[in-house]
Amino acid sequence: MFEFFRNLDRRWIFLMMFLCVAVPIFVIGKYKTTFPEKPLVLATNVFNEIDNLPDGSKVLLAFDYDPGSEGELGPMATAFTLHCIKKHHKMYFIALWPLGRQMIDNAVNRIIKADFPHLRYGEDYVNLGFKAGNEGVIKVIVTDLRKLYTTDSRGTATDEIPMMQGIENIQQMDLVINVSAGYPGTKEWVQYAVTPFPDRIRLVAGCTGVQAPLLYPYIPQQLPGLLAAIKGASEYESLVMAKYGGENISGKYLEAQRRMGPQLVAHLLMIFLIIAGNVIYFVERRRGVRQ
Amino acid sequence: MKRTAPLLIASIAGFVMIVAYFIPKTQTWGEDVSVWFDILAAIAFILGGGNLLRVQLKKISDRRPGWGYALITLIAFVVMLACGLLKIGSHPNEQYPAFAWSGTYNQTGTPFWWMYEYLIVPLQSTIFAMLAFYVASAAFRAFRAKNVEAILLLGTAFVILLGRTAAGVFLTDFIPSDVLIENPTFLQHLVSTLRLENLTVFLMDIFNTAGNRAIMIGIALGTASVSLKILLGVDRSYLGSGED
Repeated sequence: MFEFFRNLDRRWIFLMMFLCVAVPIFVIGKYKTTFPEKPLVLATNVFNEIDNLPDGSKVLLAFDYDPGSEGELGPMATAFTLHCIKKHHKMYFIALWPLGRQMIDNAVNRIIKADFPHLRYGEDYVNLGFKAGNEGVIKVIVTDLRKLYTTDSRGTATDEIPMMQGIENIQQMDLVINVSAGYPGTKEWVQYAVTPFPDRIRLVAGCTGVQAPLLYPYIPQQLPGLLAAIKGASEYESLVMAKYGGENISGKYLEAQRRMGPQLVAHLLMIFLIIAGNVIYFVERRRGVRQ
Repeated sequence: MKRTAPLLIASIAGFVMIVAYFIPKTQTWGEDVSVWFDILAAIAFILGGGNLLRVQLKKISDRRPGWGYALITLIAFVVMLACGLLKIGSHPNEQYPAFAWSGTYNQTGTPFWWMYEYLIVPLQSTIFAMLAFYVASAAFRAFRAKNVEAILLLGTAFVILLGRTAAGVFLTDFIPSDVLIENPTFLQHLVSTLRLENLTVFLMDIFNTAGNRAIMIGIALGTASVSLKILLGVDRSYLGSGED
């Protein structure tokens, strides 16, 4: 047994990881169960920031991610969109990543058009699309949105869009929500939007696991709430569902909680592998000392 | 002139941005410079495309190792670009049915949409998902408790790995939580912190934030000094060697 683990081929590890992810996906998919979630303070803060806004507030949703991180960020983007819909907020979608526009289209098609067809484009939500320039875009739109966004993603002039009437810059937004997979992302929104206008722009965000440690220094003053990876998304999703879910919740609104299953088993495998690797290391070292 | 003009543009733009930040009356200058930056960033896509063509074509013509991948890159680039720019398969906008190109490039059913949905999305997701396999293999082979620092790292990893799942809550559920206590004493708060989910937050809030703040302040000071050198023309390395 010891020799087997000592010379363990990496393909066995790959197989174990595959099973640890695939089996929970299958079981959760079949039995429609999720693990109980206990929302912590950061997810609760995100929920409260959105929930405490008066109905019909203006919310800017910046989807700065692409299909590579959809698995981690897609569920929180879904939950953000659903929460805004339930609160009747006006949603202004933008993207600083080239493929962010497709992420917005996904949210619009899967949630708004599929489940809330009564919401009208241009009156309840608008997709302003992608603009090149990274933090340069943020720097301009904090003072003059129309300088860059002369049209929406469909090519309609912003002057002709009802919900764009009177919107000059993003300081007029009641809240900015950013879903971030890296650069440009939450860090740039904090540095170029919140920091110059701390009293006018409020920001909450959701980000990938590797990004979260880098964003903690901005909490709580510049960033009152943060959803870190699928765990944060799961906590936030459970809060949204507890208040607005009702009965017979569609599976797409429980995606974050469902993905916690594979994550749990994969994390346990990682712990097992680290312990096994260390046991082998210490046994070998002991044998080496004896020799 | 070839080096002086870019140097002047960079220097003036940089100083305008600094002045605009501190003097409200000059704020519009800063906005104008930011717009120039955004226009340049959009043009950079064209330059990037041109550079991609040049590098890949050179690789193919020289028959360098891996030239087949370069060919695939080129074909993918050209096909995707053509489908997007020419809006192949796209229906005209309902408002302007007489104009063939009035539709959007990524309408459902267009070749562009098809390639995005069935090539880009699965490829990117696959590459990202493969990380899990390599991280697991690396954890088994390289994560050794060789010294005190490594032991601390290991302990932190265990806490975070467990604390970010339902297992963390389950394993330390026997420890009383202070959430439901109205005014918890210091001891009650301390005991509650030992719950894995709270310990994770504690590690991230205290040790991680302190370390990251120190790094960020260091980076900020370094960035300020390098920026000043660039604006004053002391550091000209960003202009390149000048040899073509």
